[in-house]
Amino acid sequence: MKLLKRNWPFHLMILPSLIFLIVFSYVPMAWIVMAFQDFKPRLGISGSEWIGLDNFRYLFEREDSVQVILNTLVIAVLKMVANLIAPFTFAIFLNELRKMFVKRFVQTLVYLPHFLSWVILGGILVDILSTDGGFVNRIITNLFGIEPIFFLGDGTWFRITVVVTDMWKEFGFGTVVFLAALANVNPSLYEAAEVDGASRFKQTMHITIPSMIPITIVVGTLALGNILNAGFDQIFNLYNPLVYDKGDIIDTFVYRAAILNGQMGFGTAIGLFKSVIGMILIVISYRLAYKLAGYRIF
Amino acid sequence: MYHKTLSYRIFNTLNTSGLILLAIVCIIPLWHVLAISFSAKSAADANLVGLWPVDFTTEAYKKTINNPVFLGSILVSIKRTIIGTAITLVLAFLAAYPLSKESTVFKARTIYAWIFVFTMVFNGGLVPFYIVIQKLHLMNSFWVLVLPGAVNVYLTILMLNFFRGIPKELEEAALIDGAGHFRTLFTIFLPVSLPAIATLALFSMVFHWNSWFDGLLYLHDAKSQPLATFLQTVVIQRDMSTMSMSPKEMELLSQKTVNAAQIFIGALPILVVYPFLQKYFVKGLVLGSVKE
Repeated sequence: MKLLKRNWPFHLMILPSLIFLIVFSYVPMAWIVMAFQDFKPRLGISGSEWIGLDNFRYLFEREDSVQVILNTLVIAVLKMVANLIAPFTFAIFLNELRKMFVKRFVQTLVYLPHFLSWVILGGILVDILSTDGGFVNRIITNLFGIEPIFFLGDGTWFRITVVVTDMWKEFGFGTVVFLAALANVNPSLYEAAEVDGASRFKQTMHITIPSMIPITIVVGTLALGNILNAGFDQIFNLYNPLVYDKGDIIDTFVYRAAILNGQMGFGTAIGLFKSVIGMILIVISYRLAYKLAGYRIF
Repeated sequence: MYHKTLSYRIFNTLNTSGLILLAIVCIIPLWHVLAISFSAKSAADANLVGLWPVDFTTEAYKKTINNPVFLGSILVSIKRTIIGTAITLVLAFLAAYPLSKESTVFKARTIYAWIFVFTMVFNGGLVPFYIVIQKLHLMNSFWVLVLPGAVNVYLTILMLNFFRGIPKELEEAALIDGAGHFRTLFTIFLPVSLPAIATLALFSMVFHWNSWFDGLLYLHDAKSQPLATFLQTVVIQRDMSTMSMSPKEMELLSQKTVNAAQIFIGALPILVVYPFLQKYFVKGLVLGSVKE
């Protein structure tokens, strides 16, 4: 009681945030019970019929929802790998630039897409990737003399486009953590290697790359938690019914099933499935990052 | 010295030109859209525009600016960015202070920290959230853009990590002088935290300016939607009902040039604050990752 008295300002400072968290994070969690109902908005929780695990069974029996889970995994894993390798490689080359203004110039341009939303980038991509004289297809047909490519209309090309454009948006900014790791390398290591007559390539192989390994492990393991997040914003702004078979992901599927088609209980069940798997993966990945590289959030 | 060997000099030249080329390629899509926005309809429709405007005109911008729905959406965006950022900053600043204390000083800290962090790893999903927004009568209200995301746990953690870097002596001196925790927070912590608050503000502003999905889900009247949602419906979904164009005007302007102009205007505020973003976002990342 005495402790509480002395600490009342602390509780008071947290209170506003706590109220918001309860209303907008914890109350929705209580509504998860809809996942076990054939939920009808006008009947509410008490009036809707309880159907046990039927929604979940439905999820794994329906061909389209299984396909959607598969699409999510494929796209998310490809993105994970691309978004680890690209910034890693780019940071090594960027680190070799000796002229600061060139480095600054390159960084300024490649960081930019990170700050623009997928609505802006989607609008640009839909235009330049169009088969009807889009900028990219114009270049391809002029250069190689082949037919225009259906980047956003063909399932396989759609997946490739999604991964590559996500890389375009994020690889530049992704180098920040790697460059920070490189800035912390003790210069005397390079000086010693120099004295021993090591070439720059050898220095890169034996000093630069090893010093990036810990942060690479952290970035890589933390990305594991996103294995069911294939990027709602991006997919939603690029996809169309033509590529649903290979490009539709869990989040876009939930949006259409629940919000557009009113299958509230089913939508909640998929969301719950995703949240639970996501939570387990996040816990595992943070444990791993802590074990492998001593990483903690606070 | 490796710098002077021939092979390194060749590598350096190739590397420098390669990276410059890559950087330019990254920016070409945006540049191309900018060129379209300043081109004449006929040239844009015939796909003649490359990297430079053809038959330079500002017609597309004039039309965009004269669309009242477009202007209204900009106002909504500005309003949500200012109000949303202010609320988020106040909440994060207040909550970060007690959360930054050791659990020996503030016992309940661990419980609170779990309550905050748990929302980052688990959520009810889209549908329960949608129902709660309905039950709270936030549908079609401006506040749906601001209140649900008011607590940003990530930014609160950034703030608390910054607080932990402030020398303990500063706070102890204030407390010994008889200042309460509120006074310590506002007179001692606030002035030294301004750079961190600026970083948080930029994070939050970019988030608000770019958010579009909440506007699409919860606001059904085009006039009350923010700019990002407007662009989503007009440019991506190609919903023309909000364009307020007569058929004659449609002839005058290809959709392409107007879309390009709208996209560019949507990106403009980000481009304007971009020099700060680059600096502070990097700072923010470091703030979030480097701990004692």
